[in-house]
Amino acid sequence: MNNQRSFFSNVDWITVLIYLSLCIIGWFNIHAAVFDEDHASIVDLSTEYGKQFMFIIISLMVATVILLLESRFLSALAPAFYGVTILLLIVVLVVGRNVGGNQAWISLGGGFRLQPSEFAKFATCLLLARYLSSTNVKITDLKSFLVAGAIILLPMMLIKLQPDDGSTLVFCSLIFVLYREGLSPYFLIIIGLLITLFISALVFNITYIILAMVAVTAILLLLTRRKRGFALKLVIAFAVSVGFVFAVKPLYTHALKPHQRVRIDEMLGLRSDPRGAGYNVNQSKIAIGSGQMWGKGYLQGTQTKYSFVPAQSTDFIFCTIGEEWGFAGSVVVLGLFLFLLLRIIRIAERQRAPFSRIYAYGVASILFFHVAINIAMTIGLMPVIGIPLPFISYGGSSLISFTTLLFILLKLDSNRMGVIYA
Amino acid sequence: MNNFFERRYVIAGIFITIILILLGRLYYIQVVDGRYLLYANNNVIRKVIQYPARGPILDRNGEIMVQNEPVYDIMVIPKQVKPFDTVEFCKLLGIDKEGFDKRFAKAKRYSPYRASVFEKQLSAQLYASFQERLSEFQGFYPQQRPIRTYPDSSAAQFLGYIGEVSDRAIERSNGYYSPGDYIGITGVEKAYEKELRGQRGVKNFMVNSRNVRQGLYADGEYDTVAVAGERLVSSLDMRIQKLGEKLMQNKVGSIVAIEPSTGEILCFVSSPTYDPNMLVGRERSANYNRLYKDPYKPFFIRPLQAYYPPGSSFKPLSALVALQEGVITPQTTYYCPGYYVSGNRRIACFHGEQHGLVDLSKAVAESCNGYFFMVFDKLMNAHGAKNTAPSFTDWRQKVQQFGLGERLDIDMPAEASGNLPTAKYYDKKYHKGGWRSSTIISVAIGQGELDATPLQLANIEATIANRGFYYKPHLIKAIGEKKIIKDEYKVRNYVGVDSQYFKPVIDGMQSVVDYGTASGSKIPGIIMCGKTGTAQTAHGEDNSVFVAFAPRDHPKIAIAVVVEHAGQGARWAAPIASFMIEKYLRDSITKRPSGIFPQYYMDANLLPPLKVKTPAKPAAVILKKADADSVKRSNLKSASTHPDKKKRVEKLTAMLPIIKEDE
Repeated sequence: MNNQRSFFSNVDWITVLIYLSLCIIGWFNIHAAVFDEDHASIVDLSTEYGKQFMFIIISLMVATVILLLESRFLSALAPAFYGVTILLLIVVLVVGRNVGGNQAWISLGGGFRLQPSEFAKFATCLLLARYLSSTNVKITDLKSFLVAGAIILLPMMLIKLQPDDGSTLVFCSLIFVLYREGLSPYFLIIIGLLITLFISALVFNITYIILAMVAVTAILLLLTRRKRGFALKLVIAFAVSVGFVFAVKPLYTHALKPHQRVRIDEMLGLRSDPRGAGYNVNQSKIAIGSGQMWGKGYLQGTQTKYSFVPAQSTDFIFCTIGEEWGFAGSVVVLGLFLFLLLRIIRIAERQRAPFSRIYAYGVASILFFHVAINIAMTIGLMPVIGIPLPFISYGGSSLISFTTLLFILLKLDSNRMGVIYA
Repeated sequence: MNNFFERRYVIAGIFITIILILLGRLYYIQVVDGRYLLYANNNVIRKVIQYPARGPILDRNGEIMVQNEPVYDIMVIPKQVKPFDTVEFCKLLGIDKEGFDKRFAKAKRYSPYRASVFEKQLSAQLYASFQERLSEFQGFYPQQRPIRTYPDSSAAQFLGYIGEVSDRAIERSNGYYSPGDYIGITGVEKAYEKELRGQRGVKNFMVNSRNVRQGLYADGEYDTVAVAGERLVSSLDMRIQKLGEKLMQNKVGSIVAIEPSTGEILCFVSSPTYDPNMLVGRERSANYNRLYKDPYKPFFIRPLQAYYPPGSSFKPLSALVALQEGVITPQTTYYCPGYYVSGNRRIACFHGEQHGLVDLSKAVAESCNGYFFMVFDKLMNAHGAKNTAPSFTDWRQKVQQFGLGERLDIDMPAEASGNLPTAKYYDKKYHKGGWRSSTIISVAIGQGELDATPLQLANIEATIANRGFYYKPHLIKAIGEKKIIKDEYKVRNYVGVDSQYFKPVIDGMQSVVDYGTASGSKIPGIIMCGKTGTAQTAHGEDNSVFVAFAPRDHPKIAIAVVVEHAGQGARWAAPIASFMIEKYLRDSITKRPSGIFPQYYMDANLLPPLKVKTPAKPAAVILKKADADSVKRSNLKSASTHPDKKKRVEKLTAMLPIIKEDE
């Protein structure tokens, strides 16, 4: 008893509070998004908001169980979790139910279904943490880098086969973890550069891009003229970039599927089809934009109430927040998320065990990626990628898996003063 | 502890930056950019216009001239359409498969989710058979709308018609009209558009993304109620209007009658006419095109727009001006040898008749041209024989007082002003000072350059009936429940001739009917004062003209009748006028001593032939008359270079009066 209390007393209650706030915000907004007069009660189990309430209860139970676990299990069982998840990811490809073009669900009966890709997130984080925290593993070594990469890439590839692009891309966010553990900053710089070049090549005339690159390279050469050998690297980088820019167009037309191209074109403003491919984003922007400073009020959002926005309880839940609570609501929700992310970094850095720290960064990266991509998508800053807004979007699998992800971290953190495992 | 500890700041920095970018963008679309709220309202709010019923128009006795009748537009929402029996559907609507596809494609282009009109204006009968099967055709539904209906099928040019509003009218209306709305296009429908249309209401409904109604926006706080259009009471008397239209059938011409004591127009016949019901409903455009192409121009509003030389019907006015000027007295006599010597010309009196010694009344009664040439000569020489221009200008000013040569400003669009030549015009035509009384002598008997509309002719009679003044002629006597009469219609317009001078002229006019030129049209028991006119025209037969008022004391009706190319005024126009007057005063037509009866006149076909055999003096006359109308002149000019075209224009102009476009 005494032992258990000490466990709970070490729990980071601030994080729990943010977590609960987000869950409740989600629940109310799902209520608003799918509200209908016949099922007005917010706990009516035949509705999405009723179910979400149940999912929150289940999540809290899961959270409690996690907090009661022995910390060392987590590290010890990481390979097992990972293995089971990979197995489920394979199973789903065989027996899975196809929902919305993605073979991502395993039916559990009773109207409930399981989405293995959600659980792949924390399983991958756990294994990555365990691997990177083992002795003699240094990310700067090629071998370690390759193994870490493989741990991330395996579930990615399986999810890509579903093909769930959104969840696949989530794993890319783990680059932050590798960076924190010593990966050369050039990786981040190069990724940023490639994204910039990719978008530029689609939007601007290729001549201007190359002129701009020449100018940037020249300035960099001038600034770094004292450093020997750097010039050569710059010139090579320049040459590769030029090649990449020329490759973008063919790559874009051949490697991407038409619906993906259309979504990217819509986002970049290269095409406008507000009744067709751009319908979702257009309606979503209208919903959020029409909320203005203080919003239209709870259950008063016309865009939401009259179902102009598709998927508004799941991927586009932020529309309801934006419309009914206005910019004020947006600030509160994004503020809570930012606070949560910074809190997790703080938690990460106070860990003595590298395993805990690495895992914490994994959690932060995954949450950040979800929040940024999801909200950017609803306001047209990103192409439409179907990923949920953590703790807020409707869905049992996503809520339970995000809860698990977070509470494993809290469990590890509550034990930070104890024995270092692994 | 760890070499890369400081990298936490880089990662936190990236997180903060990205979230701030998102918040910045959110601030922009939520707070700065107001368009999205507008878009959201457009999404969800459907303004449903509540069309008010257009006001009905009654005649002076309360008989309905035009009212509304429900028809049904078939609306379609393409997304809601389920497969159905198109063959049967087309049969019910009376369209073919091709027409169906075309309409459906159009509706789909407009919007798959919003309703648009599939087929317009199904009659109640057609709708009844369609309605029985309506449930089979999902996505289609009827929408009732009122259209105009004319129980008597008469007074077409008076009432005018309504039609879909033009783009220009939409622009000018400051947002009142939107495409597809109906607006008065001609006639009273146009002149009283504001009163007739009523006030539209708006209901703000909310719809969901599938365009299904979800109740009123803001509990109807922004809704307005439609207010029906005002009821207009016109001055027309449908009894004589209908009689007049019958009498004028198969003739080209016009009848205008005015109540002298008010200026109210009692009848407004323009012939040939058409059934106003033709311009309503689904056949409208076909009918419109046919009427538009009709060579007898049924859309031409002859009472207001046709230019007719008054001919001898001008003589009473001539006499009045001369009496007022003092150049003659009622006792002034003239010996008519059967001709008149004007300058070095000898002009024969009508048909060369010798009237012998005539005084004023007799001159009017027997329509002695010579007497009036003499009178005109005296007037024109008032400032000396070689100084015609100032005398003419004096005379012109007197004549103008009667409403000639200018618009009477009737409450209907497109009124023409007629033509009363000016001294300046003659100075231009003959060089300055190069014209004398004898040059323009034909004006004395209402010929030459003188042109008047039937409305002006009738108004002159109303003035004579009132012994010296007229009320502005008007078509509408009351608007709505209150009998509002505009102040301008209560003003007496004096014409500058003292009442004492009217007696001898009216004596003459009574004699016209009692024993003079129109004696055949005498109405037993009613003293009618009139004047025949047999007006020469550029081509073909003379116009038959008759102007009159009755009874002599306390006149109740003043009338002008013109039958184009029908010959003498006494032959056609006078009997028609007499029937009209008797019908109005007595509500029945008695047996005439002369043996004339209405049916004969109704049956007569006096339509001028469309082919003119030998145009007497073709282009020259037309050009002269068309001087004021540059458009017409240029048409003729271009036509004259092309032989075929030229012929066609001549044909048309030959039987039609010259139209002066409203400037």
